[in-house]
Amino acid sequence: MEEIEAEQATILHIDMDAFFASVAERDNPELRGKVVVVGTGPRSVVTSANYAARKFGIRAAMPIGQARRLAPHAVFVEPDMRRYSEVSEKVMEIFRNFTPLVEPISVDEAFLDVAGAKRLLGTPREIGSAIRQKVESQEGITCSVGIASTKLIAKLASSRCKPNGMLEIPPDQTLTFLHPLPINELWGVGEKTGEILSKLGLKTIGDIANTSRATLIRAVGESAGATIYELAWARDYRSIVLNEPEKSIGAEETFSSDLDNQEEILGELLRVTDRVTRRLREEQFMARTISIKVRFGDFTTITRSKTLPLPISATQEIYSQAKALYVALNLERARVRLIGIRLEGLLALNGQPLAAQPELGARDKGWSEVEVAIDAARDRFGGEAVAPARLLKPPDLPGRG
Amino acid sequence: MRFIVERDALADGVIWVSRSLSARPIMPVLLGVLIKADKKGVHLSGYDLETSGKAEVVADVKEEGTVLVSGKLLSDIARALPNKPVTFSLDGNRVSVISGSAKFALPTLSVSDYPNLPELPSETGRLSGDLFAEAVGQVAIAAGKDDSLPVLTGVYVEIEENKLILAATDRYRLAVRELNWDAPRASAAALIRARTLNEAAKSLAGAKSVSIALAAATANERLIGFASEGKVMTSRMLDGTFPPYRHLLPSERSATAVVEVAPFVDSVRRVALVADKTVPLRLAFNPGALTLEAGVGDDAQATEELEIAFDGEALSIAFNPTFLLDGLAAVNSAYVEIAFTGGSKPAVLSGKSSADGESDFSYRYLLMPMRYSS
Repeated sequence: MEEIEAEQATILHIDMDAFFASVAERDNPELRGKVVVVGTGPRSVVTSANYAARKFGIRAAMPIGQARRLAPHAVFVEPDMRRYSEVSEKVMEIFRNFTPLVEPISVDEAFLDVAGAKRLLGTPREIGSAIRQKVESQEGITCSVGIASTKLIAKLASSRCKPNGMLEIPPDQTLTFLHPLPINELWGVGEKTGEILSKLGLKTIGDIANTSRATLIRAVGESAGATIYELAWARDYRSIVLNEPEKSIGAEETFSSDLDNQEEILGELLRVTDRVTRRLREEQFMARTISIKVRFGDFTTITRSKTLPLPISATQEIYSQAKALYVALNLERARVRLIGIRLEGLLALNGQPLAAQPELGARDKGWSEVEVAIDAARDRFGGEAVAPARLLKPPDLPGRG
Repeated sequence: MRFIVERDALADGVIWVSRSLSARPIMPVLLGVLIKADKKGVHLSGYDLETSGKAEVVADVKEEGTVLVSGKLLSDIARALPNKPVTFSLDGNRVSVISGSAKFALPTLSVSDYPNLPELPSETGRLSGDLFAEAVGQVAIAAGKDDSLPVLTGVYVEIEENKLILAATDRYRLAVRELNWDAPRASAAALIRARTLNEAAKSLAGAKSVSIALAAATANERLIGFASEGKVMTSRMLDGTFPPYRHLLPSERSATAVVEVAPFVDSVRRVALVADKTVPLRLAFNPGALTLEAGVGDDAQATEELEIAFDGEALSIAFNPTFLLDGLAAVNSAYVEIAFTGGSKPAVLSGKSSADGESDFSYRYLLMPMRYSS
């Protein structure tokens, strides 16, 4: 006879501490003990800052210029996404050695469900400690672990024991832990919702819990209202989702100085498109929705998207859609600071050969075939081996900034 | 104004003219349906500046008059009324609608601001409502749905001596229907939004005779009109030039398959279950057998075999399953004949009434196969 177990805290949220900065420090021992900020270029933003840097008030997403003013002596390191994803892969592999139920949320955080691992590997707390030790000894970086009975509480717990800590919230203490926290800690409470709730006089998650569901729905809408009410009572039924399929692929580029020439901007759009479509094909996807993002000199940002009847993957086809979206904006020499592209409505090919629906009367070989050949050449000879002509750098001139 | 009308006749007329109403018109009066009662009966009109609709409804007119009321309200009410005579009367600035124990008072809109509806161009030719609905349905399916390419959202109507030719394409498939009719005028052409045309044709199915009227190329207003049994509709033609398509229809073939449509449709549906609807369905045609296949690798896979008549060189071809199903439904026959010129070239579907019956090329559905890059 199996005993019915009492509700248990078996969900772990593991978050790497200042991940990019930690990887940079580990790879360059001379950075140890220094104020390290990942992100360079006067016009981009901080992607990660170590804890020494955070003492100066430097935060992720802060403009680099501001970070420099806060800590002029800080070391600014160029981000190396390839390196981060390598390390991330290894860390996720460590997690998977403890339980197959791993849901990566981003390169540096994941949810684990260790309910099935308890018998073999010990209590969730013991498993959490073992994972932290393993990550530190094997990868030379630290992480923080939140343990609770739901994803929401586990994530809140990990953020409260950073850096290099562990916090377990037993099920019977969940509400004592959750209710004093400020409302914006709750999932689904962003800037806008937060503002509406504040106006109602709600400050803590406990305040939300003690407001009627109907009032919340009236204030913030049917779905958001119901969700935050449930979450405020720690009723979070989301389970660990394995290999959640990728929802979108995107890239964006902040220019070294604002551009106002359409030809130049379209050149940059082609460059980011080339980058994302290559990844799209590498990861065996086709996309139906193409959206572009344009940020102007004054930081106002707009996005435009288009959904096609059939999925596509060829750079030229996707670029022509993206270009049409940009041209339709009818910008007259507006100063553009950033341009981005995002592909959504992804269709996984899962090992099926890439198939395209050519038009009636199309030549026997279309863009897709040409680009498969280009991808193959790039794999063999490196990323710059073949590129759209307008993206090639003149050989004897210095490259673009 | 005062008249009595049968519920069904009223609902039929109101639904017909409501098709020409836009939910968000440029002028508020266009939200209305114009009701005009005179000695001849009741005349209903709806207009959104693109399409216009008129319907004559038999009624016992006690007092003549004209009113404009909300089309949305009127059609909701007409549908919901009990099956009893309906009395309309103007009561101050409201229209009262009484049927049995149900009573409505509708506010009126200003009749004087209502624009004149376009005139129906003179008749080009006639055909039966059923034939018209079938032909339009067969080609409208191939029209594009992307409003950024308006030309491809249309059906191209061409009149050549005594032939009426309808064609539509979304670039991936092309549907062409030809039929003979008696037309007094020698040649004309028009491009009409497929959705508008299809809706009109569907609701005229069953009519003994539908009159089709194309404005001359030189006319001020480029209109196409349909009229049948007291109902009239006009629609503005789409701007732009329909792409030349005749050269796309292959003049030769390397192989021919004849397949019974119903089991073929069932197999395609089953096999396509394992993959996204835009993932290719692979078909291998061999003498005597057709193998359908979808899915590869570790994913779900499905395969099925059908008995077919096949003549020519064996071939493998891949289609978007939705496009294939559209074509199989559109041939509207018990058997389909598929003509091939190779695995990467468009295939042509046509109907056949029986396995060894005569092929009916009055309808052709040209479908571009999907292509693998490797």
